[in-house]
Amino acid sequence: MSGDRIAPDTRDDQLESRALERQLAKVWGTPSGFWGALATVDHKIIGRRYIVTAFVFLLMGGVLALLMRIQLAQPEGRLLGPDLYNQVFTMHGANMMFLFAVPVMEAMAIYLVPLMVGTRNIAFPRLNAFSYWIFLAGGILLWVSFALNMGPDVGWFAYVPLSGPQYGSGKRADIWAQMITFTELSALAVAVELVVTVLKQRAPGMTLNRIPLFVWAMLVMSFIVILAMPAIMVASSTLIMDRLVGTHFYNPAEGGDVLLWQHLFWFFGHPEVYIIFLPAVGMVSAIVPVFARRSIFGYLPLVLALIATGILAFGLWVHHMFVTGLPRLGESFFTASSMAIAIPAGVQIFCWLATLWDGNTSLRTPLLFVIAFIVTFVIGGLTGVMVASVPFDTQVHDTYFVVAHFHYVLIGGAVFPLMGAIYYWFPKITGRMMSERLGWWVAGLVFVGFNLTFFPMHVLGFQGMPRRVYTYQHDMPWAELNLFVSVSSVVLALGFLLFFIDAVRSARWGAPAGGNPWNASSLEWATNSPPPSFNFASIPVVRSADPLWEDPDVLMVAAGLRTDRRELIISTVTEAQPQARESSPRNSIWPLWAAIATTVMLVWSIFSPWAVVWGSIPIAIALIGWFWPKGDPEDE
Amino acid sequence: MMKVRMVADLSRLPAHGMQSASPTWWGTLAFMLIEGTGFALTIGVYLYLWSLAPTWPIAAPAPDLGPGTVLTLILLASVIPNYFVSKWAGAEDLRKVQIGIVVMAIIGILPLIVRAFEFSALNIWWDSNAYGSVLWLMLGLHTTHLITDLVDTLVLTAIMFTRHARNSRRFGDVQDNALYWNFVVITWLPLYVCIYWIPRL
Repeated sequence: MSGDRIAPDTRDDQLESRALERQLAKVWGTPSGFWGALATVDHKIIGRRYIVTAFVFLLMGGVLALLMRIQLAQPEGRLLGPDLYNQVFTMHGANMMFLFAVPVMEAMAIYLVPLMVGTRNIAFPRLNAFSYWIFLAGGILLWVSFALNMGPDVGWFAYVPLSGPQYGSGKRADIWAQMITFTELSALAVAVELVVTVLKQRAPGMTLNRIPLFVWAMLVMSFIVILAMPAIMVASSTLIMDRLVGTHFYNPAEGGDVLLWQHLFWFFGHPEVYIIFLPAVGMVSAIVPVFARRSIFGYLPLVLALIATGILAFGLWVHHMFVTGLPRLGESFFTASSMAIAIPAGVQIFCWLATLWDGNTSLRTPLLFVIAFIVTFVIGGLTGVMVASVPFDTQVHDTYFVVAHFHYVLIGGAVFPLMGAIYYWFPKITGRMMSERLGWWVAGLVFVGFNLTFFPMHVLGFQGMPRRVYTYQHDMPWAELNLFVSVSSVVLALGFLLFFIDAVRSARWGAPAGGNPWNASSLEWATNSPPPSFNFASIPVVRSADPLWEDPDVLMVAAGLRTDRRELIISTVTEAQPQARESSPRNSIWPLWAAIATTVMLVWSIFSPWAVVWGSIPIAIALIGWFWPKGDPEDE
Repeated sequence: MMKVRMVADLSRLPAHGMQSASPTWWGTLAFMLIEGTGFALTIGVYLYLWSLAPTWPIAAPAPDLGPGTVLTLILLASVIPNYFVSKWAGAEDLRKVQIGIVVMAIIGILPLIVRAFEFSALNIWWDSNAYGSVLWLMLGLHTTHLITDLVDTLVLTAIMFTRHARNSRRFGDVQDNALYWNFVVITWLPLYVCIYWIPRL
């Protein structure tokens, strides 16, 4: 090969491997520099940004949690006043749910799913870029408002009438509602990208029963997002309308209803739990077989458990409303469905245990987090079955028992697997290993610190301590346990601090990882670490559920793709038979402009309904610029 | 890097797929699922408020049938030219697609004119009571879809008269746009029943 020019329509098998990689890097690469960074549509760069941003929000939400623990460490604490405390616990919840948990799970999918299904970019990569900017704008909106003493103070679920026009004066509740619009918009966009990537961009031969379980989990999660998030968008939009233009959706005096809010919120809010939890179990299903050194036990039941959980997730919302005086029959139905969801959860636990039991287990850091997950999640699941019972729930509703329960399922059920996943995929993303020694310390501190912090909260709940109180009096019997909890939270915080230190340190000085450091079986390990911009020089061909364990030295690939444009394979939904060599969009700055225009409109609409009219014009212009054909080879 | 072994030759595959072989077709379906869920929830809100109210409509006469029914008939009739545009796009017949999409752009404007009269035919304001709020929400949500689909159609019409038109990708876009219009028509039907006929029960 001489020079950089190649003939148009040169196919990948007409170039020798060096020249092919050089050519693909030219077509798929992200130019260095400021504009290159803003215009990139590479799913790996955007996924990395999402992950880092979400962890920054975790850190900030963690600081809020520590502030609350200092405040509650003794009776009559004076660090935070009641108004600031209301903002702090609302910020903590909203931040952790909407800016950390959901985005970080989707972020892992944005980075990993295209690699795991053997394609070169996520479907609709420009929408992906747009979704990141919208997510970032929503996070900035929330935190800047908090800094200006305009942070929401109505709890992460913003119940009316507290959040309505009558009691929620100022703009605090509107900030909450509009932050919802930002984060749900970005989450819905990512869900659509993931669904289409998984259904249509799988490597030839990756039939439904060869899809990695992590990818299955992300697919089910995406469908839950698509069916659940419109509910919160309807809820937050109608709340803003009640507050801004005088509608009466939640005003009982004019035919509205406050419980309507709870129905809409929890129709989203309960599936939300599974939006966070299913990706986490996908991570566990990816990690367990690698460190057990055998294929996963019970692939089919595991897939069915994911789907069953996704369906049952929509039949549970009323169990958040047991004390609102709903009809008895309704409550019984929701008790039954809440208990039924323990069945698919149990199926998964036993499949993982069987895999570990039968395997030749090597106890590395990622697996350590999986074990911490199994123990903690089982406890959280058991308290879940307890609160599914109406009489019990009536007793502990709005107490620290519930706080303990949902931290067990969210931190134990989602954050522990996520940390394991970071240790597991960090070498793929950065090309360097995290420290095994520090990893054990992190896992130990976090596991012990977590349980010492949150287990006593069950007891505090039994002793009647309500949620969301900014302080308590000396004559309440809660002081000693609260002090114990606060001291323990320092251990937990140290664990997280060590985790961040290890991640930052390893990104620079960690041991080089190589392509497949764990000797894993899925396709993301078939390419370099970190992967090149085009992911795979040739599209892999799959013939089993564990492609890299078939023949560890040779990767089967397909040939015949063009190298002068961004090209990938579209395949059939069930059999993954190749259908077309489809192009993938180039880098573009338009998603950023569209996101800025959308941000202006959404923030403006907190203050005036006319923003929706005038603010839509720049959005329309940006979208037309985005979609107008550019006549590049990708358009052929 | 691992060694590679070529086991398949894909060079003869088309450089772009139509309909279910195209990601945009699937993306359109996914967005229809999102918005369809939004419509279904809005209807849910309507039925929920109806179930609570001692009388329905609340403190207002039922909406006048005229404009809403005219609009429904226009939308139903529009499905026929829409079908042909999609068919011609499938056959990549540029001349006919150009004519058809201009017709569809005009047909996209008509319902908006009628819609303007529909709001006043509701006989209630959004801030009168919850019944009025949910009526305006339903009508507003559907109007947003009419407007966005119209803008979409207008831009596509413009593109179909440029050098970018003769391209199977554009014909696919026309098909997806026609698919989306059908969605906008179909979602209107239950809304029409809720807004105009449930208050008459």
